[in-house]
Amino acid sequence: MKEILMIMFSVILVDNFVLTKFLGICPFLGVSKKLDSAVGMSGAVIFVMVLATIVTYPIYIYILEPSGLKYLQTIVFILVIASLVQLVEISLKKYIPALHRSLGVFLPLITTNCAVLGVTILNIDENYTYIQSIFNALGAGIGFLLAMVIFAGVRQKIEYCNVPATFKGIPSILIAASIVSVSFMGFSGVVDGIFK
Amino acid sequence: MTKLDLIKNGIIKENPVLVLLLGACPTLAVTTSAINGLGMGVSTMTVLICSNIVISLLKSVISPKVRIPCYIVVIAGFVTMVGFLLNAYVPDIYDSLGLFIPLIVVNCIILGRAEMFASKNSVLNSAADGIGMGLGFTLALFLMGAIREFLGAGTLFGFTITANIIKPMTIFALPPGGFFVFGCLVALINFISKGRAIKKTEMGCSNCPSAEACGKSEKGECNN
Repeated sequence: MKEILMIMFSVILVDNFVLTKFLGICPFLGVSKKLDSAVGMSGAVIFVMVLATIVTYPIYIYILEPSGLKYLQTIVFILVIASLVQLVEISLKKYIPALHRSLGVFLPLITTNCAVLGVTILNIDENYTYIQSIFNALGAGIGFLLAMVIFAGVRQKIEYCNVPATFKGIPSILIAASIVSVSFMGFSGVVDGIFK
Repeated sequence: MTKLDLIKNGIIKENPVLVLLLGACPTLAVTTSAINGLGMGVSTMTVLICSNIVISLLKSVISPKVRIPCYIVVIAGFVTMVGFLLNAYVPDIYDSLGLFIPLIVVNCIILGRAEMFASKNSVLNSAADGIGMGLGFTLALFLMGAIREFLGAGTLFGFTITANIIKPMTIFALPPGGFFVFGCLVALINFISKGRAIKKTEMGCSNCPSAEACGKSEKGECNN
């Protein structure tokens, strides 16, 4: 239990996927314009991250590792994620149309989101158990949501600012992201302080 | 357009990182030193050239309906090979790039060029495009890496430059410095091109591999 809490805490705050590990920067910069689309995108990411971990972890441990095919990891994982996203989209459309309306637009964009592939590979690299991996994926998704929501708020304020023409648009957003990232650096050491 | 134009196009006019703003994740993550940036740039360039050539060769074989999974398999194959090569010959760079080597697969530049260019053009043109885009990517990563290493550690390629004269600003080697330097570089490009470069293709939406799926790229209302 303590270990799971430690993993969740560190992946949400200390090693935040977006602001510290730089995974999933494209949706972070692209979709954070409005709060509701930021939340929708993050919801889809959390969903796919957890699902991808549930599926890829056993494939690696029970099929690739025993047969000495570790080097196929990248190819297998990306194909599994791509087909999983398609499958989720089709089944959501058929069975839960309400959820499809809010998450559907974002699903095709998630295949090429490096945060999803990143979390599945990290789970293997860090030698987590199955349960730990799932919670790591969940935490990574929640960290993504946190960064997106905070940044959507920041961006709404930037819209009203009088920025020099050179810095209008993407440059000002990147520099705002840098300041948000500084604030997340303040969490380093929090996990050791609480749990050790 | 001649082959040379195609190469020049990728380096300057349509620089994938600084003008089209594609592939931001590796640009920010691995550029803590000039050598890391260069290593990542060359690895990505190798994958890009090889996948562009193969996809261009296979363009009449691959059915349009299943093209994205096919492209992904081709790209992932080359990424695995490049990973092996790095591990064997430059293990130091392999260790410091770490997770971002397998993540070359999901670099939007590679899938974007496969979809936008290689699937429609001849093999030689695709190779030239791969070289140009790859050089542009490498140049941008090298620039970022050099600036961050110089300001953050006072060194360049590991050689001490100003570290013993001025105290280095470590923050530039940390994540916030990555965002800051990238923002300033994009602003610089904005300034030189008087704002034309970025506005034209903001976030490189038409180059997005999902442009067709989302169907909003032409109307310019893509929210990704």
